[in-house]
Amino acid sequence: MITPEPHLNLQLTNAQSVPCNPQPFIQTENLSLHYGKKPVFTEITLPIHQGCITALVGPSGCGKTSFLSCLNRLTDLIPGCRVSGQIRLGSLDVMDAKLNTLLLRRRIGMIFQKPNPFPLSIWKNLALPLREHGIRNREQIDQMVETTLQDVGLWDEVKDRLDTSALSLSGGQQQRLCIARALVLKPEALLLDEPCSALDPISSGVVEDLIASLRVRYTLLIVTHNLAQARRIADYTALFWVQEGVGRLIEYGSVRQIFESPQEGLTAAYVNGMRG
Amino acid sequence: MSESSFSTASNRQFSTWLVWAIALFVTTIFLWILSDIIWHGARQLNWEFLTTAPRSAGRKGGIAPIIVSTALILGVCMAVSVPVGVGTAVLLAEFTDTENQFGRLVRRSLDVLAGVPSIVFGLFGNAFFCKTLGLGFSILSGGLTLACMVLPILIRSTEEGFRAVPSHYRLSAAALGISRTTTLWQLLLPAAVPGLVVGLVLGVGRAIAETAALIFTSGYVDRMPESLLDSGRALSIHIFDLSMNVSGGDANAYASALVLLVLLLLINGTAAWMAEHWLHRRITPS
Repeated sequence: MITPEPHLNLQLTNAQSVPCNPQPFIQTENLSLHYGKKPVFTEITLPIHQGCITALVGPSGCGKTSFLSCLNRLTDLIPGCRVSGQIRLGSLDVMDAKLNTLLLRRRIGMIFQKPNPFPLSIWKNLALPLREHGIRNREQIDQMVETTLQDVGLWDEVKDRLDTSALSLSGGQQQRLCIARALVLKPEALLLDEPCSALDPISSGVVEDLIASLRVRYTLLIVTHNLAQARRIADYTALFWVQEGVGRLIEYGSVRQIFESPQEGLTAAYVNGMRG
Repeated sequence: MSESSFSTASNRQFSTWLVWAIALFVTTIFLWILSDIIWHGARQLNWEFLTTAPRSAGRKGGIAPIIVSTALILGVCMAVSVPVGVGTAVLLAEFTDTENQFGRLVRRSLDVLAGVPSIVFGLFGNAFFCKTLGLGFSILSGGLTLACMVLPILIRSTEEGFRAVPSHYRLSAAALGISRTTTLWQLLLPAAVPGLVVGLVLGVGRAIAETAALIFTSGYVDRMPESLLDSGRALSIHIFDLSMNVSGGDANAYASALVLLVLLLLINGTAAWMAEHWLHRRITPS
């Protein structure tokens, strides 16, 4: 059984200097996922703390991305995908078949590995989700678009060309636009699936700083292959690994614990670059 | 220069010649037909020809009622086939996966239907629309028969259009809590429009040139139609009639063929322009 450290010692870097709320925002219990008959990961019990950054690390194919997709029920869209176990969001049962998934996804945003803005104007990329969730007043939309673009540091770069295609932006700008598109709905949490891995090093750094700046205000769960990145920005880290063809949670704890005093041999080998 | 490299060079020269010759041959046939029609047709073609009714079985006079009938038949055909076609394409592409039995059955049927000779459609239209539904020889019967004929092409190319839309649009829309209806209308449909336009151009091309299917359904009458339930003669039937049944009708047949050709080019040009300027701008970076 994995228990998180009750008291976090968060004097690692500037980004982590403000303590986050150690209350779990989402809690999974014995979560398993199968594609058809093939198990992808089994028995994952993991708390995701409110206002903190939790990093999921581990080799490819161990179910990190699939785990992320369970939390906003995006797995519903994949034919033959079966999820069992429990996911609690406060008192809400995320696995409830009658749950309104559109509202759930408004509360939990998601950012994908490849920037995927809609083939619409920059303005419309943010206006479309707002309108879908009932905000139709043009002034209010304009206001929210501006605030959100400022939050992701894109406003000054695009304020004169809001009506040009979002696809004309650079990769890093597109990814920040995608983050803005998720944030404009004022979610409580963001799921980030390797958000920097498709970007060049400079854009990657900008996006990473942006993610770090969202800490405390939002609960963040980030999948990353970049251990240094996890160490820089995360409060908690979970290591996934494939054992006997199935993804499992090997170790979970604060960043300091995982990187400086891992309990498992596999974790020690992985964080020291000897495995994975 | 060595012998082998010389032979390779001459080989290459020969294949270049061959390719150019074939291309030239194809282009020549097209230009020949085009220039023949323009040469013989342009002399007859004037404003009066376009705006007056035919006289003396079409030997004299113009083709005004024929153009109106053709437009009405095409209008009926498009008004029915576009909504039905897009609806079916959405069902096939977005709501049934490729393994689905129902989807496979529909697709197989459409492919067979696309290969059915037009005379068969004509007989079917005559039996079903003219007789069973009691619409008689009318523009409505003709338009509906053409719609049946055009649907397979329209559905399949629109479906391809939907399938060509990257799946990450659907995923990222779902992740933002956007409903499937909004995703369809706001994202997928605009992105699938190029496929729809291709289907429409092919379909209209087939419909406007259709003769066999219309002889049995919209009929021969060359008067100005007063309603959709009147019989109306399409351009292609007029050309067929003038060149086969009316002695001395060749000149006006050529002129009508030229009008048909220009109409076809206009429709193709408009569709291409629409796709390029009006819808393309929404989809790709400016």
